[in-house]
Amino acid sequence: MTTASVPLPNWISYGLIPLLNLLLAFFFSGLVVWWIGESPLEALKFLIQGSLGRGDAIGFTLFYTTSFIFTGLSVAVAFHAGLFNIGSEGQAYVGGLGAALAALALDHYVPWYVTMPFAITAAAIFGAAWAFIPAWLQAKRGSHIVITTIMFNFIGAALMVYLLVNVFIVPGKMAPETRTFLEGGQLPKLDWLMALFGLKLGPAPFNVSFLIALVMCYLVWLLIWRTKFGYEMRTLGISPSAAIYAGVPYARIVIIAMLISGGLAGMMALNAVNGAAARLQVEFVAGAGFVGIAVSLMGRSHPVGIILAALLFGILYQGGADLSFEMPTITRDMIVVIQGLVILFAGALEYMLRPAVVRIYQQFAKG
Amino acid sequence: MENFDILVSILGSTVRLSIPLLFTALAGLFSERAGIFDIGLEGKMLAAAFASAVAAYATGSAWLGLLAGIAVSILFSLVHGFASITNRGNQIVSGVALNFVAIGLTVVLGQAWFGQGGRTPQVSGEGRFSPIILPGADAMRDVPIIGPLYANVISGNNILTYMAFMAVPLAWWVLFRTRFGLRLRAVGENPGAVDTAGISVAWMRYRAVIVAGFLCGFSGTYLAIAQSAAFINNMSAGKGYIALAALIFAKWRPVPVMFACLLFGFLDAVANFMQGKSVPLIGEVPVQIFQALPYILTCVLLAGFIGVARAPKAGGVPYVKER
Repeated sequence: MTTASVPLPNWISYGLIPLLNLLLAFFFSGLVVWWIGESPLEALKFLIQGSLGRGDAIGFTLFYTTSFIFTGLSVAVAFHAGLFNIGSEGQAYVGGLGAALAALALDHYVPWYVTMPFAITAAAIFGAAWAFIPAWLQAKRGSHIVITTIMFNFIGAALMVYLLVNVFIVPGKMAPETRTFLEGGQLPKLDWLMALFGLKLGPAPFNVSFLIALVMCYLVWLLIWRTKFGYEMRTLGISPSAAIYAGVPYARIVIIAMLISGGLAGMMALNAVNGAAARLQVEFVAGAGFVGIAVSLMGRSHPVGIILAALLFGILYQGGADLSFEMPTITRDMIVVIQGLVILFAGALEYMLRPAVVRIYQQFAKG
Repeated sequence: MENFDILVSILGSTVRLSIPLLFTALAGLFSERAGIFDIGLEGKMLAAAFASAVAAYATGSAWLGLLAGIAVSILFSLVHGFASITNRGNQIVSGVALNFVAIGLTVVLGQAWFGQGGRTPQVSGEGRFSPIILPGADAMRDVPIIGPLYANVISGNNILTYMAFMAVPLAWWVLFRTRFGLRLRAVGENPGAVDTAGISVAWMRYRAVIVAGFLCGFSGTYLAIAQSAAFINNMSAGKGYIALAALIFAKWRPVPVMFACLLFGFLDAVANFMQGKSVPLIGEVPVQIFQALPYILTCVLLAGFIGVARAPKAGGVPYVKER
């Protein structure tokens, strides 16, 4: 009998195996560190200290975490419908346009809490719009969503550079970015939340969008597990033919799922554009969309898992920055290697360890 | 005559810019025809570029550089194969993962070994593939029209360029005129039938991804030590994805792949040329339009407005033998 059909308890499928995969990814990352002649344990120490050691370090870690929660949710929603959205990066980039437009239009007139709902809506609409064409092409013309979303990442990047260089640039300035938003267009920092724990935020850009991200986690959970639409989405993701046979409207589900996915990706811009930089800059997404893939895979596309995985990557991003400062031979790009290895082991090789785990489990179950 | 000179120079850079696309797209052709999607072309190209630059710098030989590039690229292919063939993992996820590993590892190792922010030291002389002047290029130069074309577009390229164009008919011959090619295409369309005929689907697919790795080794090497003289951070800069677009644009056929790569190379060359220049009547055309055009064209094609691009039927689906 093969091991593929042996049922495993949930704590093994959703706890132990992902953890083992993660440890494998870290083991290989450690090998790389060791290969370039540094001590992996020493590096780990700097990484933890740099990301969790001080108030401002935690602030930066949570700032990155916020971005990754948005993009992780984005990838996860599409995943539940059986769609692989590689385009979160581009959708977040274009979403930044919406967030910035709302801030630029309103920041002279109203306080931040009036601007915020407009910024959220605009960021989500722009992000969703950028997901619409790939979604429509997948639903109606049968073209592969992976390919079209990759293409739209590049088209989006070209579009945004064009707009920033030719339209939004402040006359007389060299940097291709919009003007700095006034306070009415920014999202305030969460220093009071840190103060509750006796921590000082310092210069870290940890802001209100973290709370928006947590609300979105709850809403996504509701959507996927507590609504008819979520049920249809999951059915489609597990077996498209069964879903279509059961009368699930394929094209509609695909398009709406992708719009939600794109909207969530677009909302990542709230954190980076309105929260941190207070202006729209070239390349502000900086790979967060791709981290979302790793976060979603590791978090098993569940909001709770996504929060934990986003926190892990937040630690890696902030700690990695500090690490490269302490150990100059290790550049920040080490995080990208770790990210790749996590995607490889937690995603592509997720079933590699299963047969072995099943065999050990059966031994224990018998004895 | 001035316009003609401009055209010749654009055509010359078209050839130079389309070579990495051509090798990479042919690599994708072998892999995807066998039913293994390969988003990881970009990563393989980048890893090969790094390996070839390091090896060429260390040994002073461009050919050893090429060999190292091919070896590393095949290694990446084997990991992709292990994940997607042996472990039946998601091929897209595996490709995405390998792209990240390549983009990060090249910089980490480059910085650790050479301390130049991820760059490798310059290689020169025998360590690079230098332009070859074909016989009679100088003598022909003064012949109108044909002369400059021969001297600047056909002659004066390095050996990898000529190999790329030779690889096109070779790929066609292998895929459509050999038993290996027939079986390779068959595992991409109907692996069950191939299995019934007593041929191992897994081994067939492994061979296909190895060929893909082999070809990406050439494209990476071309970037690092033929077109440039060192490895630079992320020097593939999305060329792997453009090659993927070209492959789809050519509907997974070798000779159209060549024309698609030349077209995308031409767009790139025009974009470089047009930077800051204005066109009569239209004014200055933004460079970004040319940069985005390959992707836009591919999407339009995928939408089914220019013929239909039909992917190999079993592409992306792991093969599970019935038990």
